[in-house]
Amino acid sequence: MAGLILRRLLMVVPVLFGVSVIVFLVISLIPGDPARAILGTFATPANIAEVTRQLGLDRPLPVQYIIWVGKLLHGDLGRSYILHKPVAEEVMERLMPTLLLAGTALVLASIAGILLGVVAAVRQNGWQDKLITVTVLIGISTPSFWLGMLLIFWFGVRLEWLPVGGMRELFGGGGALDTARHLVLPAVTLAAVAAAVLVRLTRGAMLEVLRQDYVRTARAKGLTERRVIYVHAFRNALVGVIPVIGLQAGFALGGAVYIETVFQWPGIGRMLVSAISTRDILLVQGGVLVVATAYVLINLLTDLAQGLLDPRLRDA
Amino acid sequence: MSATAAATIAVAAPAGRGAARPSAWSRLTHNRMASIGLVLLGIIVAIVLAAPILPLAPPNVTHIAQRLHAPLTPGHLLGTDQVGRDILSRLIWGTRLSLAVGVFAALAAGFIGSVIGLLAAYRGGLADTLLMRGIDMLMAFPYLLLALAIVAVLGPGLLHAMLAIIVVNVPFFARGVRGGALSVVRTDFMAAARLSGLSDMRILLTELLPNVLPGIVIGVSTTIGWMILETAGLSFLGLGAQPPQADLGGMLGEGRNLLQVAPHVATIPGIVILLLAIGINLVGDGLRDVLDPKLKSGGLARFYPVTDAAPGAQRRRGLDLPGEAAARLPLALRGLRTEFRVGRSVYAAVGGVDLSIAPGEAVGVVGESGSGKTVTALSVLGLVATPPGRIVGGEILHHGEDLAGASLARLQEIRGRRIAYVFQDPQTTLNPLLPVGEQIAETIRRHQGLRRAEAMRRAIVLLDSVHIPDAAEKARAWPHELSGGQRQRVGIAIALANDPELIIADEPTTALDVTTQAQVLKLLNELRRQRGAALLFISHDFGVIAELCDRVHVMYGGRVVESGPVAEVLGRPRHPYTQRLLACVPELGRRGPPIAPIPGLPPSTDALPPGCAFAPRCALAEARCSAGDIALLPVAPGHAARCVRVAA
Repeated sequence: MAGLILRRLLMVVPVLFGVSVIVFLVISLIPGDPARAILGTFATPANIAEVTRQLGLDRPLPVQYIIWVGKLLHGDLGRSYILHKPVAEEVMERLMPTLLLAGTALVLASIAGILLGVVAAVRQNGWQDKLITVTVLIGISTPSFWLGMLLIFWFGVRLEWLPVGGMRELFGGGGALDTARHLVLPAVTLAAVAAAVLVRLTRGAMLEVLRQDYVRTARAKGLTERRVIYVHAFRNALVGVIPVIGLQAGFALGGAVYIETVFQWPGIGRMLVSAISTRDILLVQGGVLVVATAYVLINLLTDLAQGLLDPRLRDA
Repeated sequence: MSATAAATIAVAAPAGRGAARPSAWSRLTHNRMASIGLVLLGIIVAIVLAAPILPLAPPNVTHIAQRLHAPLTPGHLLGTDQVGRDILSRLIWGTRLSLAVGVFAALAAGFIGSVIGLLAAYRGGLADTLLMRGIDMLMAFPYLLLALAIVAVLGPGLLHAMLAIIVVNVPFFARGVRGGALSVVRTDFMAAARLSGLSDMRILLTELLPNVLPGIVIGVSTTIGWMILETAGLSFLGLGAQPPQADLGGMLGEGRNLLQVAPHVATIPGIVILLLAIGINLVGDGLRDVLDPKLKSGGLARFYPVTDAAPGAQRRRGLDLPGEAAARLPLALRGLRTEFRVGRSVYAAVGGVDLSIAPGEAVGVVGESGSGKTVTALSVLGLVATPPGRIVGGEILHHGEDLAGASLARLQEIRGRRIAYVFQDPQTTLNPLLPVGEQIAETIRRHQGLRRAEAMRRAIVLLDSVHIPDAAEKARAWPHELSGGQRQRVGIAIALANDPELIIADEPTTALDVTTQAQVLKLLNELRRQRGAALLFISHDFGVIAELCDRVHVMYGGRVVESGPVAEVLGRPRHPYTQRLLACVPELGRRGPPIAPIPGLPPSTDALPPGCAFAPRCALAEARCSAGDIALLPVAPGHAARCVRVAA
C-alpha cells in the first residue's frame, strides 16, 4: 500500500504542474492588454503600468510563469481590483462552503446511487428496476439549476419547510444546525444528477460482475445469495464504481456553480460567476486553480480507496 | 454523459466493420424506449423546423402592458414573460437555438476529439504521448470549471459558451476514440494495410475510421443531451445567449427571479429542456444498444442463482420410475436435457444423458468442446446460466431426490456440502478480492456452522493437505499472488472443505501447464480416495480419464455415444467416434499409424442432424445412420454404444 501511495503522490506532481500551466495561460490568452482586462474599465494608465510591472506582463511567458508560481507558493494569487482584497483571501473564504456543498452532495449521491444501482441489478427487469431506470433517465435529463428552482418553489415557498438561500457565513449566527438546514436543498439538487450517473454505472457493474466465474464458484459452494451478491459481487463491482465517484466529484464541483447561484450559497462557484461578469480575471484564475487542485486531490483519494479495496492494484 | 460516452466508445470500437448494418435502424425502432425517444424528438424537431412558418408572435417584441399573463390566456397559449413577450413563441425559437447549439457542439467536439484520438493512436510514440498528456491536463479540471475559465477569457456570449463546451468535451472523445483505435491499430490487417503502401490518410479514412465510427456515433448521440444542458446552464448563468436573444437556459434564468410571482416563466422552459434531453438520451441509449455488440445480444442479463427447470411432470414424460438402486447413488442422471434459447434458436446442449455414479466411484466424461460435457456437469447443481439455459427434460437424482426441481434453499444445502465442484480456470474462478483462506473458510462456515477462527484454522489444514507450503501464511494471500497450480490446489481445497460425497471436476487442469497438470491430478485423486468421495471427471483428454476413472462416458453432440469400464472402452471401442477419438491420443514409445485428426467439425447443437450426430463426419456412415433415433445398446456387460452397427 505504501508503494501505491508513493506512486500516486508522484503522479500528482505533473498533473498539478499541468493544471498550473493551463490556469496561468488563461491570462495570456486574453485578447488585448491583460493588465487593462485585469483592472477593468476604470483603469488609469498609471494603474496599468503598475499591474504590468507587478505581474511581469512585459517579460517573456516562461519568466512570467516562474514569477507567478513563486508568488503562488507563497500564497499570493494577486489582488482583486474589483473587491479590493487579495484573491487568496477571498478564495479561501469561499472554498469551505463549496467543499461542504459538493462533499455532502457527493456522499449523498454515492450512497443513493450505489444502493439503487445494486437494487436495480439484483431485481433486473423487475418493477424496482424499471422504476429506477426511468427515474435515472429523468435524473440525467434534468437541468440541475431547474431542479433547484423547483425544489425552492415547493419546499421553500409553498411548504416553507426549509430555507431557500441566504446563507452568508457557514458557521455564523445560526450554528451548525442552521447550516445543515440551509444545506439540504442545494446538496440534494446537486446530488441528483451524480446519483443518476452512479446508479447506471453501479447497475451495469453489478450485472457484469454477477456473470463472472467466481460468482458461480461462490454459488457452487452453497453460499446464500445474500453473501454471493453483497460480499462476492458487490466488492468487485465497487472497484469499477469508485473511480467514477472521483469523476463525479469533478461534476459536483463544477455543478456547484449553478447550485450556488440558484441557492445563493456563498461558495467559489457563485464567486466565479460574478467575477466573470465583472471581468475580475485574477479572481477567476485563483478560484479555478484552487478548485482544480481540490479535484486532483479528491481523485488521489479515490485512487487510494480503490487500492484499499483491490489487492491487485496495491502490488501492480 | 460525457464520461460514460467516452467509456462506451472504447467498448464499442472493436465492434469492427459493419457493426451498423442496415438492420440497425429497424433494431432501433424495435427498441421500445428508443422509439419513444424518436417520436418525442421527431415532434420537437418538426415544430422547431417549422418555426418560421408557424403563426407565432414575434419572440423579441415587448408589450409591457401585457406582462406576466398566465398560461392559457387568449392569444398567449403559454402566457407572457416579464416584458410581455409571448412565451410559446420564445420557447419554440429558444428550443431551435438550444438544439442547434447542442447538436453542433456535439458534432464539433466529436470531430475534433476523434481527429486527435485517431492521430494519437495511429502515429503512436511521441505524438501520442504529447497529445494524451495534454488531454490528461484538461481532464484534471472539473468539467464545468474549465468552461467557465474559457468564457471568462473570451467574454460572455452564446458563441463563446459553445466554444467552451466544445473544448471541455474534446478530451472525452479523444480518449475514447484513441482507446478504440488502438485496438484496431494493433491488428494484423492494419499492419497489412501499412505494408501494402497505402498513404496514411487513406489508411486512416478507409481502414481505421470505419472501425471506430460506431463508437463515435454512440459518443456523439449520448453527448448531445448533455451539451444542451451545459450550454443552457451557461446561458442560465448569464454567460451564454445574451438578451434579447434567448435559448432555453436564458429563459430559465430570466424566470428565476419571478419564481414567486409567476412560476410558469421558469417552469415551462425547464420542462422543454427535460423533454428534449429525455428524447435525446433515449435515442442515444437505443443507438448504443444497437451498435454495441456487447450489449446487443442482451449479454448483460443477470444470471439467476439456479438454473431454470421445466415442471417435474413435463421433464419425466416418457421416463420410467427410477429403480431402488438410485436411492444409494450420489448421482444418477436420467434422460437429462438442458437447452439454451438464444433469440429464435434453441441449442440442445445436453440432449438426453443417462449417467450414474456409485459411492466412491470415479466416472469420466470425455468429448470435444461443445459436446455438452460441461453443461452436463453444471446442470447437476443448477449452475447453468439462466437465462438462456433451461433444464427441459430428465431427472437429476441425488439419493433418489430430484435436484432439477429442488428449491434454491435445498440446492444451497447440497452445493459444496454433498456435491462440490472444481472448476476449469482457477484464474477466473477465485474471487480476486478475497484472501484464499477466506474463500475456503467461508464454505466451511456456511455448512458446518463453525466460528470464523475455527473455520480459518481448518482452511489452513486443508491448504496444507493440498501441499501448499507455508499454509498459514498463504491463507492470507490473494489469488493473484499464487501460481496457477497453487490456485487450482486452492480450488481443490475448497471442494474438499466439507468432505463431500461427490466431487465434480470440470477440466480442472486444462488451464495449467503440463507438469503442474500431472501433480494436481494426482493430488486430487489421492485426496478424494482417502476421503471416499466419488468423482465425476470432465475432460477432453482420454489419457487423463484412463488414469483416473473407473468408467467413462463419451459424449458427442450433447449425447452419450458410448459408455463402459475404462479398460473395456479403451480396449474395444465400439462407436466410430470413440475409435477416432482414441486414434488422436498419441502414445509415448509406441510406433503406429500417425495421429489421424477427425475431419470436419462437431455439429452445432441448434441444428443437430436426425439420427447419429456423428454420421456426417463418419467414414462408416450409411443411410440408416440418419434415419431416426438410435438407442444406446449394450455390447458387453456394462458397456454400451449408440451406433447402428452395434445393433446389427
